[in-house]
Amino acid sequence: MMIAIMRRAIAVTINGKRHSNEVEPRLLLIHYLRDVLGLTGPHIGCETSICGACTVLVNGKAIKSCTMFAVQANGADVLTIEGLASDGNLHPIQNAFWEEHGAQCGYCTPGMIMASKQLLDRNASPTEEEIRHGLEGNLCRCTGYQHIVNAVKSAAAKMGA
Amino acid sequence: MIAHPFDYLTPKSLPEALLLLADPDAKALAGGMSLIPMMKLRLAAPAKLVDLRGVPGLTSISEESGRLKIGALATHFDIESSRLVRAKCPLLAMAAAHIGDVQVRNMGTIGGSIAHADPAADYPAALQALEATISIAGVGGTRAVSAAEFFVDTFTTAVGPGELVVEVSVPVEAAGTGTSYQKCLQPASGFAIVGVAARLQAVSGNISMARIGVTGLSGCSFRANGVEALLESGSDPQAAAAAIANGIDANSDIHASAEYRLHLARVYAAKAIRAALAAAR
Repeated sequence: MMIAIMRRAIAVTINGKRHSNEVEPRLLLIHYLRDVLGLTGPHIGCETSICGACTVLVNGKAIKSCTMFAVQANGADVLTIEGLASDGNLHPIQNAFWEEHGAQCGYCTPGMIMASKQLLDRNASPTEEEIRHGLEGNLCRCTGYQHIVNAVKSAAAKMGA
Repeated sequence: MIAHPFDYLTPKSLPEALLLLADPDAKALAGGMSLIPMMKLRLAAPAKLVDLRGVPGLTSISEESGRLKIGALATHFDIESSRLVRAKCPLLAMAAAHIGDVQVRNMGTIGGSIAHADPAADYPAALQALEATISIAGVGGTRAVSAAEFFVDTFTTAVGPGELVVEVSVPVEAAGTGTSYQKCLQPASGFAIVGVAARLQAVSGNISMARIGVTGLSGCSFRANGVEALLESGSDPQAAAAAIANGIDANSDIHASAEYRLHLARVYAAKAIRAALAAAR
């Protein structure tokens, strides 16, 4: 039996730009970003809120966009990896991932960088242990994490300088 | 993974939310960290989702006549980072910090977590040891139940149909009280294979009050009364901790056999008791 479900009007500010759409309540935020808006920076990895590849910031907080419905983000301010660079200049965290070889295959990288952004927003000079704890929700299957930790340390030093 | 279709409702007050939840096809949505994965797997398919985040007054954390009152929509991050909770009820902050990962703690709420009552969740051990009180609202009014009454069985609580957890109340710890939560985690999910919360009052090593909460070991969190009695009558931590497994029908799954879980419970109980004793000094 088909159930007729009303679409919902939502307005979300994404990377500083306001978007208004009508969506099915069951549409996940990750599918709204990727399929409706074409923002394919946030990746779909495990789809079970484990891997963190889909991490974006909602009102400044890192969340897994595979485990949030787009309707829950109505009225929110969302930041994806696409919104980090400004005027063609990479964000210091993006730069640090480049310089410190924090990315190999790159699949986890957008989520890893967004989680790193929140980590540094909350704690400008984290210890190695705090970095590893803050990135627990993001899995990388290439780097062994050491280069990622180095990148976050390097970004912290540059951003504090 | 796409959830079954549902209607999305956004009440703006508690009475409105309770009215919507009186519909047996409606389900309350708080942080969604358990419900949304279940909906994606189609283990749950509510026809209506009542998003509580627009209901005012459910996120506050405040101190009132010797208790901390935690709103049901306070997130695990709110609780682990609250200066008030860290200073006045560190066991609750410690348990919150052990949940999942930072993204989950940003969204997940204390009310949602305890109402879900996963047998391997972290809060129940702490709430049992804290002898917390949980306020449950319904259309007929609000009632308060103890943690011991609240956690009934696996995924089963004292919350009735149409009711909603609205507040968790925990004691402000007195001087000389030491607490600790020690957990052996399942590395992929972060859930507790066994978690033990210890809360002790001690003067120069002599324990006058002991409260031990346990999660992950069996189908439901519980107070280890036998361990508490031994500690209060002067047994050493190791001997007292060994009693945690007495008469327990332990869970057995791919992560840990019942025998191994019982072993872990003894080990982590001793760790938690020692750490709480050290904190009491």
